[in-house]
Amino acid sequence: MKANLIRLVYTATACAALAMLVPGCGDGGGGAAAGSGATIKVGEYASMTGKEATFGQSSHGGTLLAVEEVNAAGGVLGKKLELITEDTQSKAGEPATVVRKLITRDQVIAVLGEVASSRSLEAAPIAQQFKVPMISPSSTNPKVTEVGDYVFRVCFIDPFQGTVMANFAWNTLKVRKVAVLTDVKSDYSLGLAQYFKQRFEQLGGKMVIDQSFSGGDKDFKAQLTAIKAAGPDGLFIPAYYTDVGLIARQAKELGINFPLFGGDGWESPKLIELGGEAVEGKFYSTHYSPEDPSAAVKEFVKRYQARFKGEAPDAMAALGYDSVMVLVDAIKRAGGTDGPKLRDALAATRDFEGVTGRTTMDPQRNASKSAVIITVKNGQFAFVEKINP
Amino acid sequence: MNEFLQQLLNGLALGAIYALIALGYTMVYGVLRFINFAHSDVFMVGAFAAYYISNGLARWLPPESIPGAVIIMLLAMAVCAVLGVVVEKLAYRPLRDRSKLNVLITAIGVSLFLEYSGQLLFGADPKTFRLLPSRNVELGGLVLNSNQLIVFGLTLVLLLALRHIVMKTRIGTAMRAVSFNHQAAALMGINIDSVISFTFALGSALAAAAGILYAMNYPAIEPLMGVMPGLKAFVAAVLGGIGNIPGAAMGGVLLGMVESFVRGSRYSTYADAIAFAILILILLFRPAGLLGKSVVEKV
Repeated sequence: MKANLIRLVYTATACAALAMLVPGCGDGGGGAAAGSGATIKVGEYASMTGKEATFGQSSHGGTLLAVEEVNAAGGVLGKKLELITEDTQSKAGEPATVVRKLITRDQVIAVLGEVASSRSLEAAPIAQQFKVPMISPSSTNPKVTEVGDYVFRVCFIDPFQGTVMANFAWNTLKVRKVAVLTDVKSDYSLGLAQYFKQRFEQLGGKMVIDQSFSGGDKDFKAQLTAIKAAGPDGLFIPAYYTDVGLIARQAKELGINFPLFGGDGWESPKLIELGGEAVEGKFYSTHYSPEDPSAAVKEFVKRYQARFKGEAPDAMAALGYDSVMVLVDAIKRAGGTDGPKLRDALAATRDFEGVTGRTTMDPQRNASKSAVIITVKNGQFAFVEKINP
Repeated sequence: MNEFLQQLLNGLALGAIYALIALGYTMVYGVLRFINFAHSDVFMVGAFAAYYISNGLARWLPPESIPGAVIIMLLAMAVCAVLGVVVEKLAYRPLRDRSKLNVLITAIGVSLFLEYSGQLLFGADPKTFRLLPSRNVELGGLVLNSNQLIVFGLTLVLLLALRHIVMKTRIGTAMRAVSFNHQAAALMGINIDSVISFTFALGSALAAAAGILYAMNYPAIEPLMGVMPGLKAFVAAVLGGIGNIPGAAMGGVLLGMVESFVRGSRYSTYADAIAFAILILILLFRPAGLLGKSVVEKV
């Protein structure tokens, strides 16, 4: 087994070497020379490649659109925004490295990211240490903003999302005995499962079986067989789309026909691509739907589609967009980009109208926003209902 | 009871794939006495080759049909056979007479090279693999999937074909001769280089088949998909007695079953740890593996 150890060491070294060689994506919004002071540098770290690639790509799309719009309108405080994007490759270990680089080398005034809670949690202590405000567009685990007073988010948190899904399961799907399948590698999954369970049991429901896997696994048949044997009438899967696609597929292969449902980790076109027919009629909760009839959403969808060849913006894109707009609003109110002042301005954000609703930072630096339930119908995402906090 | 049988089936399907990969490890070990760590990445390349071939030939082949799948599979196996031969020629042959450790380290290097070239060429995000439509077969409360049936069938066919090649053909006899003693085989007029090339081609083609079967059952393919199955298959090969073909198949199936049962229990996150603990236990009592023969090393 010595060989495996060698292999591990080699993999680690190669990863590190590769990370140093590939200088991120770097398609910045502005184009001014670095360090000239003519631009305001904003750092973004996102999973542009890897297992959760569509999260990063969507989030980056929204962020980029927002930066471009702000610059087209003359920038902030007379300066253009310059977006510096780093790829976390959907891997643990990367966020800390790239955020440290963004802050120390690029000297960004704020960092935006990540979607996955585990990766936001990794970078947050660094932002806190350097007193550079960090805004996570869509990490929902409550622990993220508990890291420190420089860490913010523009989305709801999992105690709310768990409650929404438990209510939905109980009231709409009429689930009474539920099974839960959790990804033990993800803070998001563990947290959401816990809040879902609390609320579901409060409602009088029963959790008949609690199974787990580790993110990136391919075979879920054993867990699903055990779940099927426990006889639940619904299965809650708080996990990310790549895993969910495979889980749904294998559930279908095992003849499981009770409803499957989950959270905003399902939000990706890849879910439908991977899951195919197996995700048809499944439900998940998320932050926003491009089908929302409100004027702000309609306008945003139109602009996004014009910029990105007709692609409809998903929730990660909308939250990426809002994270920039909230930051810009705070820079204006702070009258500068100085860390502590900017932090205070961000914390004082009240009733900011964004695409995903109104953002008000609570004392824990979380936004309280409505959730929507989405289903898959004929291979397309379809809006079911909107739930206000 | 039903749950038990279903888990048995799940384990069998998983184990069959491990067995196919393990065959490649074991064959190369049998002939060259070294572990080809790049084997699990040839497995990955097999899945990607099939993915790109099926996309490329989409216009000419009927989609999701059996003849189409067979053609795609044979082409992907050919691609990997060539890859295996090239890797051996470029990376392992120049080091054949050096210490075994050198070749081992080179194998790790080749493995990483393939993984990260894959990330560069194919991209790191998972791709969706489609080859055949999947149908469910109900069997007295048990559910069998058509893809699982294909795995069972094909593994069996490939195993028998491999056994035939190794035991009944001229080149198989030559392989066994090289495995017993390189120098003696060379003195008997066997072209060692071509026998070794053939071994790599055969093992790599099997890896490609395993990669495709794996991708059919778990259709999210990515450049690092070979790492875990490769490690498990390596364990399976050691478990069965490295160098022993039926042993590798048995080790694979055994490991697949253990994994399925543990994952279906409350201890699902310990599945890999338990699989490796079993390896240690078996090796404590049978150091040469289940079917391996202990050989005294002559000094």
